[in-house]
Amino acid sequence: MMKFDYVRPATIAEAVAAASEKGATYLASGTNLLDLMKGGVCHPSRLVDITRLPGLDRVEYLADGGVRIGTLVRNADLAHDAEFARAFPSVAEALLSGASAQLRNAATVGGNVLQRTRCAYFYDAPSACNKRWPGAGCDARHGENRLHAVLGWSEACIATHPSDFCVSLVALDAVVEIEGKSGRREVALEALHRLPGDTPQRETLLDRGDLIVALRLPAEARGFAAHARYIKVRERTSYAFAVVSAAASLRLEQGVIREARLALGGVAAKPWRAREAEQSLAGVAPDAAGFREAARIALADAKPSGDNAFKIELAERIVVRALTLATAGTPARVPALPGSPFSSGVRHVA
Amino acid sequence: MNFSISLTVNGVRREIELDDPRVTLLDLLRERLDLTGTKKGCDRGQCGACTVLVNGRRINSCLALAVSQDGADILTIEGVAHGDQLHPVQAAFIAHDAFQCGFCTPGQVMSGIGLITEGQAGDDPERVREGMSGNLCRCGAYAGITEAVLEAQQTLANSEQRRSA
Repeated sequence: MMKFDYVRPATIAEAVAAASEKGATYLASGTNLLDLMKGGVCHPSRLVDITRLPGLDRVEYLADGGVRIGTLVRNADLAHDAEFARAFPSVAEALLSGASAQLRNAATVGGNVLQRTRCAYFYDAPSACNKRWPGAGCDARHGENRLHAVLGWSEACIATHPSDFCVSLVALDAVVEIEGKSGRREVALEALHRLPGDTPQRETLLDRGDLIVALRLPAEARGFAAHARYIKVRERTSYAFAVVSAAASLRLEQGVIREARLALGGVAAKPWRAREAEQSLAGVAPDAAGFREAARIALADAKPSGDNAFKIELAERIVVRALTLATAGTPARVPALPGSPFSSGVRHVA
Repeated sequence: MNFSISLTVNGVRREIELDDPRVTLLDLLRERLDLTGTKKGCDRGQCGACTVLVNGRRINSCLALAVSQDGADILTIEGVAHGDQLHPVQAAFIAHDAFQCGFCTPGQVMSGIGLITEGQAGDDPERVREGMSGNLCRCGAYAGITEAVLEAQQTLANSEQRRSA
């Protein structure tokens, strides 16, 4: 780990000022950042510790029915907040399907959103990586890439965004509150992460010094609570990143889908909202034919970036499975194996 | 630049001078406080051998900067027994032969204590296995570990019941 300065500001304004200098970065829990620093992938000259900033560690239920999640709320605390899990069950399931209990106890929600890709070439300092070193090339492109992107990738970068949480949030129109040098602004979470194009080093639309202070879900997101699931295929049933995942939420009325929400994980450099697939489901009966059609639409633009053509069919099947399980109804409690398509009592319809 | 921090470690308040902010909580415990019960396995948050409780919650001490823990209450494996009386999780690990080489055991025990405190797994073996998935055991003592955590959970629930009766 390279040397760095450590500062612990007392206010958000001080934090933004301290992090606006070149080479500075925010430190929350550090579960991803310290790993990157130990590996020589990140070498900030200054860490701005935000863990003592007041007021950022609360879950607030808003008068309009929405919820505001402070950036320092720990993943485990949000997932186990009973009111939150009742209102936004697919988000709780996504959170509990990620990482380990130790990591969920430490990692913050803001850090989850800003975690870096798990592309092995990004983590391996001697490998060529356009994210780490723009213009260096991409060793993943013709390397071990069976887990890489099938949507939205470019010749410059085929990495995926690893978060489960973000996939469930994007499906429910989450908003990010950002404090920066020119004050407070907000953007849709869906717009926060960028596709790689020719500049994969620019992963989000945040500018230097920008601090995510909160995430918000709108009241409408509660309308899906009865039929909401997050389903994730991984190479182990626990403590592994998604190969592919899907968040599916349905608003059913009299046996017909009034509104559907669908997002995919593990397929692109950002949590991938499938809006056209959602539209294909509106007004139809929740059945296997409609789900397969929605899955086909969701992956219509997918193409392999290497040895990962299997992920396209796998993603289609996971979409069908997530929609099927969402139709069956949100379980009273997050299953013992959160997000697992192999939980007991699951029947495959595709 | 030096950083002064204050930690309560196994019930004892410690004032600590750090000459470098790069020190992790794990290295502080092992190298500076001579509490070597907490193990360094991968040092990257993957194996769980470094699990300790910080303010009552289990975390990976290898992925926590010591300087950022200023003011925290830390519990390590050295602090869980009362003299010769083992913590119920430790006793259950012996009773169920929940280890072979023992390297992962301090982390497993701390994680088991954390899991029971969290109260999410109850007596469900599947939830215990899922909740313990952040602790790897290369000897493969998982069956015994699951049984030990389930038994300790029961022991602690019974003593809780007796206390409140």
